Amino acid sequence: MKLTMASSPHNHSHKSVTRLMLTVIAACIPGVIAQVIFFGTGVLIQLLLALVCVSAFEAAIMLMRKRSIWPSLSDGSAWLTGVLLAISIPPLAPWWIIVIGCLFAIVIVKQLYGGLGFNLFNPAMAAYVLLLVSFPVQMTAWLPVTELLDTNITFSQQLSLIFSDFTALGYSLDQLRVGIDGSTMATPLDTLKTDIAHSLTVSESMQKPVFDQWVGLGWGWVNLAFLLGGLYLLKTKVINWHIPVSFIASLSLCAAIGYIASPGTEPGVVFHLFSGATMLGAFFIATDPVSAATTNRGRLIYGAAIGLIVYLIRTFGGFPDAIAFGVLLINIAVPLIDYYTQPRTYGHGAVK
Amino acid sequence: MSELKTLYKEGLWGNNPALVQLLGLCPLLAVTSTITNALGLGLATLLVLVGSNITVSIVRNWVPKDIRIPVFVMIIAGFVTIVQLLMNAYTFGLYQSLGIFIPLIVTNCAIIGRAEAYASKNPVHLSAFDGLMMGLGFMLVLVVLGAMRELIGQGTLFDGADLLLGPWASVLRIEVFSFDSQFLLAILPPGAFLGLGLLIAAKNVIDAQIKSKQVTPPEAEKGPRARVTSLT
Repeated sequence: MKLTMASSPHNHSHKSVTRLMLTVIAACIPGVIAQVIFFGTGVLIQLLLALVCVSAFEAAIMLMRKRSIWPSLSDGSAWLTGVLLAISIPPLAPWWIIVIGCLFAIVIVKQLYGGLGFNLFNPAMAAYVLLLVSFPVQMTAWLPVTELLDTNITFSQQLSLIFSDFTALGYSLDQLRVGIDGSTMATPLDTLKTDIAHSLTVSESMQKPVFDQWVGLGWGWVNLAFLLGGLYLLKTKVINWHIPVSFIASLSLCAAIGYIASPGTEPGVVFHLFSGATMLGAFFIATDPVSAATTNRGRLIYGAAIGLIVYLIRTFGGFPDAIAFGVLLINIAVPLIDYYTQPRTYGHGAVK
Repeated sequence: MSELKTLYKEGLWGNNPALVQLLGLCPLLAVTSTITNALGLGLATLLVLVGSNITVSIVRNWVPKDIRIPVFVMIIAGFVTIVQLLMNAYTFGLYQSLGIFIPLIVTNCAIIGRAEAYASKNPVHLSAFDGLMMGLGFMLVLVVLGAMRELIGQGTLFDGADLLLGPWASVLRIEVFSFDSQFLLAILPPGAFLGLGLLIAAKNVIDAQIKSKQVTPPEAEKGPRARVTSLT
């Protein structure tokens, strides 16, 4: 028998990139189910569309770069980007929104920088910001939860809304967004922000039908579902605890300080944690292994900084939610964070 | 003659102020939302560049080395004022839409760069030609970037050309395609950064292709060469 000498490390992690990416996609399933329950099946159409688009663009770029298509496509990173983008945009956004988003995410943000592992920014979030900045009307047209809708929208109607802007009966998305009481509904974060700007207090604003008792109707459950998926990711050690925990801690701390300082205009910790994309951002987006900080101390700083920015933009900024902006802004700072948090090399440097 | 040819090649391609020197990016990124704006600012910069290059070249032997930069800035500022007043008089709409970026031509590094690097060391006719070529190179990039952003952003070309060229020019407006919602990013500053990056990338690709075509024949003639020294 011949003994072979292998170089260290001898203890391998058996997680391939493909496996990691597919696990993350699988962990999105509870959140997607919650979105389907509360916001209709539109998100499934967007998911399908996104998967087709990212595959096509990734393959096209690989052809242009004269590389083999399948290895790059099958690592799943492009699919994950597509899934995250499809979850983030309004479920009934027109089809070209997701196509442009996928094009930008894959071609410009990911492949122009050299492909997986070289992108400075989180592709899905960069594309989301591009879409939000370019098409504010379409990107903020979230339907209220289905139980508040005046008319029930079937799957085929959603399909024709996405692809032709109108249902078969001639309703546009704007008409459908009108709730039972005849007023257009915004997302809970948006409603709260507008109301506070109109000098209502939080408890007055919370009387509106888009709110449950303390969070947005439906949104709390969507966030809980993403939290569930996130905990699964933590348990399978696909992600480390540092980023989500520091992100949530920092956001909670800011929200608590705000609530203590001004209870009339601040919705408090629970609302911040279970509104908008907080849980999706904490477990699925901020933890992107490529564009996030890589040292453990760095990850703590990275998560905390995103939490701070999310709170600041939600409270004082012009946009209702800020996960994407927070992640992108701190992505820029990642090289700096990594530089200053390099761990001591074993056997080198003083302990004190 | 060969000097002229060098200047022509350098200004338009090899040492293009916008694509290679990356000078004057502030106006380049800010005003290229339409072709008309880009062309207007390109022409203004071209005029200033030619004028300042000629003047700097004329006075180059009388300006003491120690105070040359302030002198150059004064000359450039003079020409910018002339251009600004001319635009105010004859193309008022464009003057308003370019706004602060006309006076800001004074601080365009491409102009002071040419004054310092070329005009202060060379005779008048060469400096004038250098200014013309550099200005043209800058203007071309502005126009191409403006066309890209206008086309992607709002689907038109030469929108508002009448502001620059007079009322007859409104027929130049071409609506290539129309959509309900503008692609705002192309019109906003990030679109300018992305567009300029893509243009620079395209230039690098073309340069690399030209280079690869030029280099291959002499290499084929070389015989095999044995390494006699170690790499370290």
